[in-house]
Amino acid sequence: MTMTENTIYQDRVTLRLIQFAVVWAVVAMTAGVYLAAELIWPTIDFGQFWLSFGRLRPLHTNGIVFGFGVSALMATAFYSVQRTSHVTLFSPRLAWFCCYAWQLTVLLGGLSLLAGWNTTKEYAELEWPFDIAIAVVWICFAVVFFGTIATRKIRPIYISNWFYGALIIVIAMLHIVNNLALPVSLNKSYSLYAGAQDAVVQWWYGHNAVGFLLTGGFLGMVYYFLPKHAGRPIWSYRLSVVAFWAFVYSYIWAGPHHLHYNSIPEWVQSLGMVMSIVLLAPSWATLINGVMTVSTAWEKLRTDPALKFIVLSLAFYGLATFEGPMMAIRSVNVVSHFTDWTIGHVHSGALGWNAMITYGTFYFMVPRLVGRELYSTRLANIHFWMALAGTMLYIIAMWAAGVSQGLLWLSVDQLGELSFDFKDIMSSMTPYYLLRLVAGLVFLGGTVLMAYNLFMTMKGREPVAVTPPPVAPAFGVAS
Amino acid sequence: MNGLSLHRKIEENTGLLIFGILVVSAIGGLVQLVPVLNQDSLEEPTSNTRPYSAVELTGRDIYMREGCSVCHSQQIRPLIAEVERYGPYSRAGEFVYDRPFMWGSKRTGPDLHRIGGKYSDDWHRLHLLDPRAVVAESIMPAYPWLGEREASEAGNITAKMRGLRRLGHPYTDEEIAAAEADLEGLKEIDTLIAYLQLLGTNFNEEEETNE
Ligand code: HEC
Ligand code: HEM
Ligand code: HEM
Repeated sequence: MTMTENTIYQDRVTLRLIQFAVVWAVVAMTAGVYLAAELIWPTIDFGQFWLSFGRLRPLHTNGIVFGFGVSALMATAFYSVQRTSHVTLFSPRLAWFCCYAWQLTVLLGGLSLLAGWNTTKEYAELEWPFDIAIAVVWICFAVVFFGTIATRKIRPIYISNWFYGALIIVIAMLHIVNNLALPVSLNKSYSLYAGAQDAVVQWWYGHNAVGFLLTGGFLGMVYYFLPKHAGRPIWSYRLSVVAFWAFVYSYIWAGPHHLHYNSIPEWVQSLGMVMSIVLLAPSWATLINGVMTVSTAWEKLRTDPALKFIVLSLAFYGLATFEGPMMAIRSVNVVSHFTDWTIGHVHSGALGWNAMITYGTFYFMVPRLVGRELYSTRLANIHFWMALAGTMLYIIAMWAAGVSQGLLWLSVDQLGELSFDFKDIMSSMTPYYLLRLVAGLVFLGGTVLMAYNLFMTMKGREPVAVTPPPVAPAFGVAS
Repeated sequence: MNGLSLHRKIEENTGLLIFGILVVSAIGGLVQLVPVLNQDSLEEPTSNTRPYSAVELTGRDIYMREGCSVCHSQQIRPLIAEVERYGPYSRAGEFVYDRPFMWGSKRTGPDLHRIGGKYSDDWHRLHLLDPRAVVAESIMPAYPWLGEREASEAGNITAKMRGLRRLGHPYTDEEIAAAEADLEGLKEIDTLIAYLQLLGTNFNEEEETNE
């Protein structure tokens, strides 16, 4: 038994991470739906502090990004790094530790947010004890991942692993620098940076958490699952090399687009704006590479729900990475900043790109992991349409809300007097917020369908044993 | 050796790949963060800016705890409509005692940077306990518990002020020694209102424009 354990891929931990990710998706999206409802009916927190909007919102963002997102990234990273390295995971025990320690951190962290332990730095809201726990798990994740690569049986390190590698390294750097703080008690610390300097550090973190976690990490999924699924090699190897390094280099510069016209030096804003526009190129290079890879396998798209999700996610990736650079232009940002337009942009990426591609990889992996067909292709197809409809409705509602908010706030008459009262603009948002609530319910409904479908597929099954295939001598590691 | 064969090296060597990613991703951050963190003018308070008192600091920490910043910005941009609506635009020197900064990214409610002095304490009390009692169509949450909890139990104020002093906020020994007594008898809502009433008032437009 121990012999085979060592020579088969460690897939049990992947399966467990997928299960956790699905649970987090349902929990955090339910929180999102509840938040959407609170913006229409503010009294549904029933005077309970833990249901209060300001506490529930960080639970939604942290639950979805760290619970759902990172669990899915760990699952797909573990799955693909073994298969692209032709070797089983380096230190499976450490991989299990990552899996459970991470869930515990996010769970307790989420509860601490409801309890009001909140640094208020977006996507870094968790207080210092959790920051330390995150750093520890992250280092273990790095050891498992890079350890597997270092012991690989095939000479080249496959492209998807560069992206997962960048995710691990850059997030570690960002996390440590941005969270430097002086603890004054278990649940309270003060940032080492103050005011404008803190703002610049925070958005260097915030933008790149989006860049290397919600974008870079998920691009790792694209580079592994898309070619695998389409049964074609990636369209252009050269393009992926150029796109990767351009991506790693230029993302880091773009953070200040979150601080246009704020009290930070103007040169920082201008640099952030220019580099955000530059960022369009590496972002779309990957998009083109992905689309060209499937372009000869279109017929599979009709029958295979997993591939549909992945290809559609690329379209929303293209949309979000086109809209982002536009919103980074100062004259556009004047309108969009502080409005629901930002929320629309976030969710075009979050729902259309991050959630959809993850769903695609889950529909791909689970049947293979348990050696059984997907329980219901029909349900998966229904899920696909619900996800698409939910996403479209969400972003259309928020664009309409955001653009009108932005323009109405700025509108002045010839005498320089404000044309509209804040409260009137606020009241006019209700129809859009209702639409967003419906959108959220549809999207969440689809996710629940998936949870059921995957559960029925996995039920009563163990992961099948897969041994690494032999490596052609030309690509083998000299030993 | 051309570019692609150089890249072969990187992609066949785990250490090189890690090193490459670290170096390439660090550049942009270094170029932006190092000058900004060393720019003294960003640490220079405007003439009226002072560290938060024990009461205001407690109020600010409650503001953080309740996540008011997810709906309220504290950053007035230098745009006609914004100055008209909220007051003089925000200056970096007004935020030097803000750890962390509280500028926000979403305005579900109005900007609060210059809310200080706009309403009476009683207005705020009513509004925080039940926003719809004051603004019928408001979508802001109610905070009934703020009127019940003791301010002295909202964290260890002495430890907080000592910590901030280590980070460079000029608190005197007397201020720190008196901190607990300052909170005596106050509810959480009182400290939050004290914080709101301070916001933006430490900017003196005439003085600043005469400089
Ligand atoms: C769900 C979003 C939301 C949260 C969270 C929130 N507010 Fe509000 N706030 C609003 C909205 C919307 C208004 C405008 C309507 C009104 O005056 O009630 C507002 C108005 C205000 C005003 C009056 C501003 C003015 O210029 O008239 C103050 C002061 C205020 N909020 C303070 C707070 C404080 C303090 C907290 C945290 C304890 C908080 N708010 C949390 C949405 C929110
Ligand atoms: C080239 C790529 C992109 C660029 C240049 C970009 C640019 C921007 C800009 C200008 C904002 C508004 C900042 C503000 O006014 O406050 C923003 C917000 C945001 N974007 Fe993007 N974006 C890009 C891609 C993405 C993707 C793919 C996602 C994935 C989910 C994403 C997630 C977010 C989030 C979460 C915010 C909100 C941050 C906050 O205020 O809390 N972005 N982005
Ligand atoms: C059922 C689906 C979802 C619903 C109904 C929903 C709803 C919401 C709501 C109501 C907000 C607060 C907006 C505001 O303050 O005005 C929000 C914020 C946010 N959500 Fe979601 N959400 C959903 C799914 C997701 C997913 C899948 C992700 C990420 C992968 C995500 C990431 C975020 C982020 C990052 C923010 C903060 C944006 C910012 O600060 O600018 N959401 N969401």
